[in-house]
Amino acid sequence: MSWIPPLLVAIPLLAAAATAGLDHLTPEPVQDVLVVAASATTTALSFVLLWHAESREVVHWFGGWQPHHGIALGIDFAVGPLAAGMCAVIGIVVTLALLYSLTFLREAARLFDALMLVALGAMCGFAMSGDLFNLFVWLELMGVAAYALTGFQVERLGPVQGAINFAITNSLGGYLFAVGIALLYARTGALNLAQIGASLSHGTTGGLVIVAMTLLLCGFLVKGAIVPFHLWAADAYAVAPAPVCAVLGGVMTDIGLIGVARLYWTVFALPFGRDVGDVLLWLGLVTAVLAGTMAFLQRHLKRMLAYSVVCHIGIMLAGIGLLDSVGLAGAELMFLAHALLTAGLFFVAGIVHSDHGLIDELHLRGRGRGCWMPAFAWFAGSIGLIGTPYVGIYLGHGLIDEGATELGRPWVLALLWLGSALTGAALLRAGARIFLGWGDAEDSLLGKAVEEDPLERDVRRPLLVGTALVAVVLGIAISVVPGLGQRAQYAAERFRDTSGYAAQVLHGRAMPPPSSLPVSILHTSLESVLYATAASILAVALALVGLYRSRMPRVVSTAAERTLAPPVRLLHSLHSGVVGDYVTWVAVGTAVTGAAWALLLR
Amino acid sequence: MSYLPYAVAAWICLVGIAGVATSKNLIHLAVCLTVTQSSSYVLLLSVGYVMHGVAPIFLGTKLGTPAVDPVVQALALTDIVVSVAVIGLILALALDAHRLSGTVDPDSLADISG
Repeated sequence: MSWIPPLLVAIPLLAAAATAGLDHLTPEPVQDVLVVAASATTTALSFVLLWHAESREVVHWFGGWQPHHGIALGIDFAVGPLAAGMCAVIGIVVTLALLYSLTFLREAARLFDALMLVALGAMCGFAMSGDLFNLFVWLELMGVAAYALTGFQVERLGPVQGAINFAITNSLGGYLFAVGIALLYARTGALNLAQIGASLSHGTTGGLVIVAMTLLLCGFLVKGAIVPFHLWAADAYAVAPAPVCAVLGGVMTDIGLIGVARLYWTVFALPFGRDVGDVLLWLGLVTAVLAGTMAFLQRHLKRMLAYSVVCHIGIMLAGIGLLDSVGLAGAELMFLAHALLTAGLFFVAGIVHSDHGLIDELHLRGRGRGCWMPAFAWFAGSIGLIGTPYVGIYLGHGLIDEGATELGRPWVLALLWLGSALTGAALLRAGARIFLGWGDAEDSLLGKAVEEDPLERDVRRPLLVGTALVAVVLGIAISVVPGLGQRAQYAAERFRDTSGYAAQVLHGRAMPPPSSLPVSILHTSLESVLYATAASILAVALALVGLYRSRMPRVVSTAAERTLAPPVRLLHSLHSGVVGDYVTWVAVGTAVTGAAWALLLR
Repeated sequence: MSYLPYAVAAWICLVGIAGVATSKNLIHLAVCLTVTQSSSYVLLLSVGYVMHGVAPIFLGTKLGTPAVDPVVQALALTDIVVSVAVIGLILALALDAHRLSGTVDPDSLADISG
């Protein structure tokens, strides 16, 4: 039995308790060292765990309650290479965010650090858990920490409203999840994922299990900000402090998707088979295109980044929805690159905000001239998020393409790359306007101006710029790390092996060790290279149109404005900022998703 | 076992969601959220209840005596603890919203949108 999995949760939670409890007793530098050390240790242990999990699933039964004759008695952590890799990335992003907030959020200090560590522990626990009810507890724990972090600056109305919308929508998702757990427990009498899967595989499905699956998966999709459950995301990310946004957008939103994948492949794969995936694929496609469009229509930098996060999560969900190893491996690699790049871009947004006290793209026009390092980080991050061949998210996106083509759905590629291009166009446009001073000073399609509230900060700028650069450079490099693609595919195959997972967890039977994997850069299909190049060109073109719309011939620009203005207004008004609307969308989304599954799986 | 408890749980859940969706007051909204949450308690209780079952304390009972499921009470308890933390936080944020804007109506609070 390995002791590393519980340590990944225990270290950050104990350090959080120590930080909060010893608040006034220890000097500040000691606290800072403690916090960063706890987070860095967790990250290092995740890498050790990843190394252990390469050959076999690492299982830890709490209190030594091992299963008897294939019946799970206790509660377990079951960690494969995918979950361990997840923990490692979560650790890296949280550590960078903590370093960033060392000077960025001095007024917040202690409790802020404690909440970040709680979120870290909860996310690691979520990624490793092999028990359905524990998934719910970790989900709520990271939720509570995240709501408090979002509303940290309670002296202003924006953060309070964002946190309220975030908390209410996500707790409703959590409660749907709890009802789903009760239904599944009623049917199977088990809470261990492998055990539930084993008992459902005997063909005792039906309406009840479909309802349970809808509630459980929709609970995760609320956390994962998938359209139409995504409305809270932009409100929360717009107002949270930059390092919090980096953690929320970089890793915490994506973790909902891990939950979807984990539940599908441990529990619902055997009784329901492939039809579950088509609904997920469509949700992903709609999310990618809609959120890409919304990103392009933003002038608030952090809202723009929020929609960029939602767009890429849609692409990842589409990868998972393909239900094959290549698609899942693609989602995994995209998660790695996306987490780091998004964190880096939020860091740059935070630097710009603290330099000028402004966050509106149009207000900031030309203010960033001469800030070469932040400008470099912003543009590099934007290009990485488009997925220009062999940069940033490209490799993951390419694998998702490959999966879609193999399954005879080549039209998926066009929609996914369109989402990427729209998001990239928004980011490039903002970068060019802020750091190069290009473009018009007004744009009527971008909605109303942001009410700025200047924050005077005494920050150690090199530290902020340094963390941003580290995050972006790591994220850019993900596509060209030799051997990573092959290992991601192997991890995905392990993750998808329902019976292998059950045999390992319930009977302690180890899986066959992997044959040695090659250490070379994974090559993608020519189709992906072409699509990625086209998406990059489209992104640059759209960015230029966004910047210089007024210089187009008058006939074109007025015609375009006349046709575009009504749908744009509709999109803006759908994202109303009123929590009642968001809850209605959650209810409608759950009902529609459930109806689709009921029709497909009957 | 009758279907009534399950119907009651579904009703409570839906009424709670309707309340949250139409609420004009954040405190009222938090209460509606608790109502939604309590549907899962009712559901868990009806799942675990055994007709004519005894409490699951096995000291001194004959082997084979029917007993109610002890797991669901642990789940319901954890559920309650989790939701208390969330509701507490939402109420605290509602207080802050009132302090800053003088209202607890989520519609007039909509400061950020689009």
